[in-house]
Amino acid sequence: MSTSIKRGNVAGWLMAGPAFFLICLFLILPFFMAIWFSFTDQRLISPNEPEFVGTRNYERLFGMSLLTLDAQTDESGAVKMKDGEPVYPRLRSYTRDKDTYPEYFRKRQWFTIDRSDNRRTFVLASDIVFLKAVKNTLMFVAIVAPVQSGLALLLALLINQKVRGINIFRTIYFMPVVISMVVVSMLWRFIYDGQNGLLNNILGFLSFGYLEPVNWLGNTATALPSIMAMSIWQGVGFFMIIWLSGLQTIPPTLYEASRIEGASGWQTFRYVTWPGLRNTAILVMIVITMQAFTLYPQIAVMTSGGPLDSTQSIVFQMVERGYEKQDISGGSTISVFLFLFVLTISLLQGFLTRKKS
Amino acid sequence: MKQVKKLGGALAFFLATSGTAFATTDLSMWYHGAGNETEKAIIDTIVSDFNSSQSDWAVKIESFPQESYNDSVTAAALAGNLPDILDVDGPVMPNWAWSGYLQPLPIDESEFADFLPGTKGIYDGKLYSIGLWDAAIALYARQSTMDELGLRVPTLEKPWSTDEFNAALKAAKDSGKFDYALDLGMAWKGEWYPYAFSPFIQSFGGDIVDRSTYKTAEGVLNGDAAVAFGEWWQSLFTNEYVQATQDGADRDSGFIEGKYAFAWNGNWAATATLDGGVDDVLFLPAPDLGNGPKIGAASWQFGVSASSKNPDGAAAFIKHATQDKYLAAFSDGIGLIPSTPAAAAMTEKYKEGGVLSGFFALSNEQGMVRPVSPGYVVAAKSFEKALADIANGADVSEALDAAVDEIDTDIENNKGYGH
Repeated sequence: MSTSIKRGNVAGWLMAGPAFFLICLFLILPFFMAIWFSFTDQRLISPNEPEFVGTRNYERLFGMSLLTLDAQTDESGAVKMKDGEPVYPRLRSYTRDKDTYPEYFRKRQWFTIDRSDNRRTFVLASDIVFLKAVKNTLMFVAIVAPVQSGLALLLALLINQKVRGINIFRTIYFMPVVISMVVVSMLWRFIYDGQNGLLNNILGFLSFGYLEPVNWLGNTATALPSIMAMSIWQGVGFFMIIWLSGLQTIPPTLYEASRIEGASGWQTFRYVTWPGLRNTAILVMIVITMQAFTLYPQIAVMTSGGPLDSTQSIVFQMVERGYEKQDISGGSTISVFLFLFVLTISLLQGFLTRKKS
Repeated sequence: MKQVKKLGGALAFFLATSGTAFATTDLSMWYHGAGNETEKAIIDTIVSDFNSSQSDWAVKIESFPQESYNDSVTAAALAGNLPDILDVDGPVMPNWAWSGYLQPLPIDESEFADFLPGTKGIYDGKLYSIGLWDAAIALYARQSTMDELGLRVPTLEKPWSTDEFNAALKAAKDSGKFDYALDLGMAWKGEWYPYAFSPFIQSFGGDIVDRSTYKTAEGVLNGDAAVAFGEWWQSLFTNEYVQATQDGADRDSGFIEGKYAFAWNGNWAATATLDGGVDDVLFLPAPDLGNGPKIGAASWQFGVSASSKNPDGAAAFIKHATQDKYLAAFSDGIGLIPSTPAAAAMTEKYKEGGVLSGFFALSNEQGMVRPVSPGYVVAAKSFEKALADIANGADVSEALDAAVDEIDTDIENNKGYGH
């Protein structure tokens, strides 16, 4: 008995071996290498030997300081005003002086807090671009995850009917998923074009020329929402299919029973469908969140993080630094941060959606 | 019988070719121009001419698309698989030389005495690469537009001053005939920014890094001259002379269609503009923004990889490829500026009095290479971001300071890049 298990194990290991080896080589090993690189000054290409630099990369990413300044006054002691705002000394004199103010050196203003009596606290950070990337990615996740999963559920409910030709609708909704995100982004760049893009033409036509063309991707206010809308459209079909498979596991007898009980459409959804989709919902939320955090191809193709960093994302910065700027250690540091961040959120989601006994 | 004859012929051919292969040494070569049929035909001719002209070496060429060429070289270098002969973009050359991909050319520099300055890749006092051509940028305009707006036609001896340039842009805008006065090519990202726009900051008296030490950008990229440049750069967009986000198609055909009064574009677009029906096109020299007129120089060049076991063969090929007739062939084929005056004289468009002969003079007189430093690759990225941000309305001084900090941090991370 024991020999047959052993033999079985050997054969099993042999069969799993190639895959296991490749997973180790391309997933597990790089994972640990990234953690190691984030504590060194490893470059993509360099004749210099990499050195251990401790937590320097992390300090450069998250370094922050507070600087409280008084408004400038003129000779009489009155506060100088410009456009109804008190004038503060230029931050440049603090952030570019390594000897006098080493703690502010090479930091930039992130945001300010106004204190009373013409005092203002400046929050300075070493890596504004990264912080903006984190903020944008969080915004992206916060909006895309609920909207995309909600829309996907709605579509799944719509196509979960025995209507003639329903497969055509299923195919149409699913179509964007099979097209590569890069291709979709290229096409939507034309749709969003600031002068004669499809979207502007349609809006102009529908409003009889009343709506001025909007430079969707060239405007700080519309760039990220435009990318969100496109991403939701592209991925919604995939999650629709997952919801659909969940819907089809709910026994029809439950619906029959609820119909006999005289439940309304909403009541059926609330007390039969939704509880039956519980596990599907957990899966969809976790997968959507993880996918949304890795926002990259849309940014790379459509905006490169611009205008004015309004579409920077964590993964885009990771590639930009690690590869384009040949700073593997900097890119690795961001990837370690992203890993820990997504892990925390997934654990949190798992905790919140655990089965309460 | 026929079949047997054919077979015998094939066998004889096989024996003959493999016979010669024993006596020659193979040289591998990588080239960035995959996808361009004309370019491929020319480079293939050069290679087959070389292979049949002697029996010591046989060059085997492999072409890559330009977008992924640098990545392929980096990957090959990490894996230790570099070819013998490489082609390399001028400003990237110092980075590859410093990283140990390239060895100095085993050819005496005097061989290339009459080559345009921008075609010689010199780093650390040594010649690493040599170009068969250069590229140059000019301010495209129409004679009819100049007459209509009453503008003086600038010359190499007397280029436009900042005021004249600004006045020309204002006149073009005020005429109301154009979508925008100037097409700077904002649709082209990446290397276009430092290549096309860093000459402006240099003409103001600033630069991307301090070329006296190559150890910092402080005071150069954010000094008074640079800030003056930044303010001017931003004014192009706030005055609506230039659009900050441009459609790629407008870049390609906007000037031809008359959407722009002026276009800041390279010699490679000249043929299309002439063919597009702009008969009275003028290729004006860069304006003098205070510190002399400047345009970018250096294009793709040939070099020998550091790991090559046959640098003699590689050198023999490069010497062969840099003959005037091939420089002229490239120029005629894809519109590039030939590296030598002799080759220029052999071409249709760049010979004395040819339609594009002005570009040869531009390249020779205004051309300035981008910073010759391994750190350029990162500095170029920071410069591009600063210019895009300023165009989109960022605070000039802050954007330039941020670029300086990024460049300086990178130089420190790399222990000075060996300067």
